[in-house]
Parts: sequence; C-alpha cells; structure tokens
Amino acid sequence: MTWIIQIVLSFIIAISFAIIFNAPRKHLFACGIVGMCGWLIFSGFTLMSGDSVQASFAGAFVVALAAHILSKWFRMPMIIFSVPGIILLVPGGLAYNAMRHIVENDYLTAISYASKAFMTSGAIAMGLVFAEVLMQLIFRYLGRKKTASHMS
Amino acid sequence: MLNAKNDLAIDCCLLAGRLMIESGAETYRVEDTMTRMAISQGLKGTQSFVMPTGVMFSLGKDGSTRLMAIRERITDLEKIALVNQVSRKLTTAEMTIEEAYEELQRIASANLMFPFLWQFIAAAVASGCFLILFEGTWWDVPSAIVAGGCGFLVVTLIHELTRVKFFAEFIAAAIVGVVAFLTVTFNFGEDLNIIIISGVMPLVPGLLITNAVRDLMAGHFISGVSKGAEALLTAFAIGAGVALVLSF
Repeated sequence: MTWIIQIVLSFIIAISFAIIFNAPRKHLFACGIVGMCGWLIFSGFTLMSGDSVQASFAGAFVVALAAHILSKWFRMPMIIFSVPGIILLVPGGLAYNAMRHIVENDYLTAISYASKAFMTSGAIAMGLVFAEVLMQLIFRYLGRKKTASHMS
Repeated sequence: MLNAKNDLAIDCCLLAGRLMIESGAETYRVEDTMTRMAISQGLKGTQSFVMPTGVMFSLGKDGSTRLMAIRERITDLEKIALVNQVSRKLTTAEMTIEEAYEELQRIASANLMFPFLWQFIAAAVASGCFLILFEGTWWDVPSAIVAGGCGFLVVTLIHELTRVKFFAEFIAAAIVGVVAFLTVTFNFGEDLNIIIISGVMPLVPGLLITNAVRDLMAGHFISGVSKGAEALLTAFAIGAGVALVLSF
C-alpha cells in the first residue's frame, strides 16, 4: 500500500516540477515517469542498504539513464526529462537539519548533517555523470555497428 | 552578397545561443547547437565561447566576431526544446536560414510559460506530496500545501518587484517558516520540521545543480563553477531564511 502511495505521489511531484520549470506540455507524462523511477530506486535502495548516499547515487543514475533514453526517443534535449526527476532526490531534509543545529549552536551535529548532505549531493552528481558516460559508450558502440553493417 | 548571408547566419546562431542560455540550457549543448547551425550554412571553423553571462561567436580568421550579453536567466524547458527543433530543421535543410531567424525571433518574444495559477497550484501540490514521501502524517498535508504555496507566491512576487533573486528566496524561505510555525502553534500541524522541509522544496535550485555538474564534466569550468556558486548561494539564502525563523 505504501508503495502504491509512493508511486502516485512521486509521479505527481515530478509533473508539478515539470510545470514549474515549464516543460513542453506533451512531455509532462514522460517527466513524471522519470521522476517516479528515480524515487522508487532511491527508496528501494534506502530500505535495502539503509544508506542514503548509495541510494541517491542509484536514483540519480536511473533518472539520468531514463532521461537519456527518452531524449533519444523523442529527439528532445535530455535536460527536459532529467531536471524534474533530480529534484526528488535533493537532500532537503539533511540540509535543513544541518541549518537547524547551527541555529541551536550545536555545531558538531550540524557538521555531521552537513557532511552527509554534501556526500549525498556528490553522489547525485556522480550518478548523473556515470549514466552519461555509459550512454555515450553505448551509443558510440551502436553507431559503429550501424556504419559497419552499412559498409559490408 | 556573401557577407549579408554570413551576417544573417551569425545573427541566427547568436540568437539561438542567447535563447538557450536564458532558458537554462547546458553550456556544452549551446556551443554544440551553434556550431551545428553554422556548419549547416557552410561556415567552417567557427568558434564559440559561452558563459552564463554572455555568448561570443566568431566566424574564424576572415569573418567577424560578435558578442551578446545575457542579463537574466530563468528556467524554461520548452524554449530549449523549441530552439533545438529549429536547429534540427536547419541542419536537415527543412528550413532556410531566413525562416529559422524569423522563427527564433518569434520564440524570443513569445511567452510560453504555464499560467502563474498552474505553477502556484503545482508548487503547493508538490509540497503536500513531499510531506508524505518524507514520512509525515496525513494530518500535516494541508499545512505543507499552504506553506509551499505561500513560499512560491512570495518568491515570484518579490522577484518581480526587486529583481534580486537571493533576497526573494531568503524572504520566501522565511515566510515558509512563519507559516509552518503558525500552523503548528494553532494546532493545524504537528511536525514543524517536516512541514518546513516540504515547504521549501519548490525553491530548490534543481536545474542549477544538474547543469553545474554536467558543465564541469564537459570541461566548461567557468560556467560550471559560476552555476555551482549560484546554486550554493540559493541554498544558503533558503537556509538563512529558515534559520531566521527557527532562531526565534
């Protein structure tokens, strides 16, 4: 039951951010799907490993992978699909907790929260990069195969 | 005659570059698009240099070089897609350079944003949904919706009035904090922390974070670092706004 709720809500959130960022209207649905995939992978990994850094990496990787595939499919820039999906993974809670502890003069706890938030954003960045490199390799391979078959 | 044609091509490339940067495209994609458009017009060896604050485009050794400054950047994914379509049509020769220039000018003056009411509702709904994803209780959802909606309304209004982005985000985050605090005080909400986190989510600079990383990886260090700094400042403005409320 919680999974169904999470699927529906993450889909709605991704579409809402697509509206705020003014994505093309006919691609709103695709944006929602990308955000939903990213969030499901993220929460699945969080349940399994209990570590939000690894989960953020996996989530961002899936978001970027899905965005790349959709961008090839629809012949649209990849950024349209990736931005609404990435928002779901941003470590807002960690950053907030860090800020709250700074205000309460509890700097040690604040630093641990801030480091975690920093690591999570780094993991998101690495997920994006890994997916991009992987897709480039795959498309280069596919392109070479196509030209090779063309020549033979 | 040749010069007039080159002039039009360079204008066309610059306009496309400006539109893409203003709508928040990645730097390497802007350079790629401009070079492709130039090649489709038979211009070889063109050079482009793109930053978040300006676009430079040169025809190489014999041609002219032009510069276009960029004053303001927003997030408008639809404009990026439209410019991309124009460049695709130009490279596949479905469109002449004159038609492309007219089309780009039409895109530049058009307002393609969703109506503000839609964006407002989207921000409010997103805040409400985030509350549940962050393991809040259903009882807190209305407070998060009100807080997120107020935050988005305030950030848009103050940005219209003052044109200072960081100030607008600071005030909006503070308003989210105040609304959340009021709802908890009057027993409409239970958990202050989760309501504030959900409320500030529509203000998060998602596009900047994504683009900063991609630009850095593509070797565009100036754009990457400046976009990263913008994202960091925005995050700091939001944090300071929330902290201001929490410290009372």
